[in-house]
Amino acid sequence: MNSLFLIIITTALIDNVVLSQFLGICSFLGVSKQIKTSASLGAAVIFVITIASAVANLLYTFILEPLDLTYLNTIVFILVIATLVQIVEMFLKKVAPPLYQALGIYLPLITTNCAVLGVALTNVQDGYNFVESVVAGFGTAVGYTIAIVVLAGIRERIDESAIPAPFRGAPVVLLSAALMSIAFMGFSGLSLG
Amino acid sequence: MYPVLIATVTVAVIGFVMGMLLITVGKKFKVEVDEKQLAVREYLPGNNCGGCGYAGCDAMAAAIAKGEAPVNGCPVGGAPVAEKISQVMGVSADAQEKQVAFVKCAGTCEHTSQQSNYIGIHDCAAAVSSGLSPWACDYGCLGLGTCEKACPFGAIHVVNGVAVVDRSLCKACGKCVSACPKHLIELIPDKASYAVRCSSKDRGPAVKKNCDIGCIGCKLCVKQCEHEAITVENNIAHIDYEKCVGCGKCAEKCPAKAIVMR
Repeated sequence: MNSLFLIIITTALIDNVVLSQFLGICSFLGVSKQIKTSASLGAAVIFVITIASAVANLLYTFILEPLDLTYLNTIVFILVIATLVQIVEMFLKKVAPPLYQALGIYLPLITTNCAVLGVALTNVQDGYNFVESVVAGFGTAVGYTIAIVVLAGIRERIDESAIPAPFRGAPVVLLSAALMSIAFMGFSGLSLG
Repeated sequence: MYPVLIATVTVAVIGFVMGMLLITVGKKFKVEVDEKQLAVREYLPGNNCGGCGYAGCDAMAAAIAKGEAPVNGCPVGGAPVAEKISQVMGVSADAQEKQVAFVKCAGTCEHTSQQSNYIGIHDCAAAVSSGLSPWACDYGCLGLGTCEKACPFGAIHVVNGVAVVDRSLCKACGKCVSACPKHLIELIPDKASYAVRCSSKDRGPAVKKNCDIGCIGCKLCVKQCEHEAITVENNIAHIDYEKCVGCGKCAEKCPAKAIVMR
């Protein structure tokens, strides 16, 4: 139990997927204009990554490892994630239309989010078992959500302040993201043990 | 050769299984989207203003397609949109009369006066909650522009202390009507030629003291009107636009000039 909690803290804060591992930067910068939409995307990411890491782990343990095909993990994981997102989308559309509408365009966008693939691959690298993989996936996604919601909050403030013309738009967002990244480095000083 | 074969076959099999899975799930969880709904949505303006009472144009399209909402329910699109949607739905649209918002107060700085200074949040609702009226008349426009902020089309502006609607820009979405804490704004037919530009429920002398252009409830207009279109209730005249023919006799006789030609 203790180790699972450590995994969550590690993946969500210390090894934050966006700010320490620099994965999923595209959606991190693209969909962080408003807190509301970024929170929706965060929810969708939590949903997908948690399921994806479970399925990826099963596939890896029961198909790739016995066949000595572990080098194929990237291509297989992409296949699985893409299918999974599609299925989740269809499932939500039918079963929970309000949730589907809330997640909207972000669900299909996640298919191409490298953070999802990154989690699946890191789990394999770290030799996590099934439960640990799921927990790590969840923690990573929570870390992603924290990062994107915080950036969205910063951007909402930035929009209302006077920014020198050359810095308006992307430059100031990149600067904010960089400063956030430095701030998150502080978590690496946490001693877990 | 052998490992390559295994790898290829494995990926192919996984891909095949995933594909089959997608097909099955796709069939099982197929959601029927009404073609009518898509066609109706095509013609709606897409402002998502909510003036129709639904959450947005998508929700409105769904409601129209199901027959729950009238084909002319979109206040922004008006008659042209209603006609196109009625073609989609195969019913005839009763041409909906175009409406515009009208601010029932004429108390500009020249006509009325301020009795106190309001210094606070620049918002009518906030000023009302302070409990004091900055203007002499308790019923009049505060001129702090809450309606201006509520209008998604930039059709209402505070001019000289009173909100004024730009008829050409107004889409009658009703946002300002619900935004005004003094309930001064009403949707009236665009073709209506005369309107009572006052909301004061005070009695005559009190109105006169506060504002020189307010309705004093004298009922001269009621006597003038040959079509029984005007009634005076709570010391304020009201025109029934279904009966009004726009003859203008009321405006001519109104001693306070509170009935105006638009």
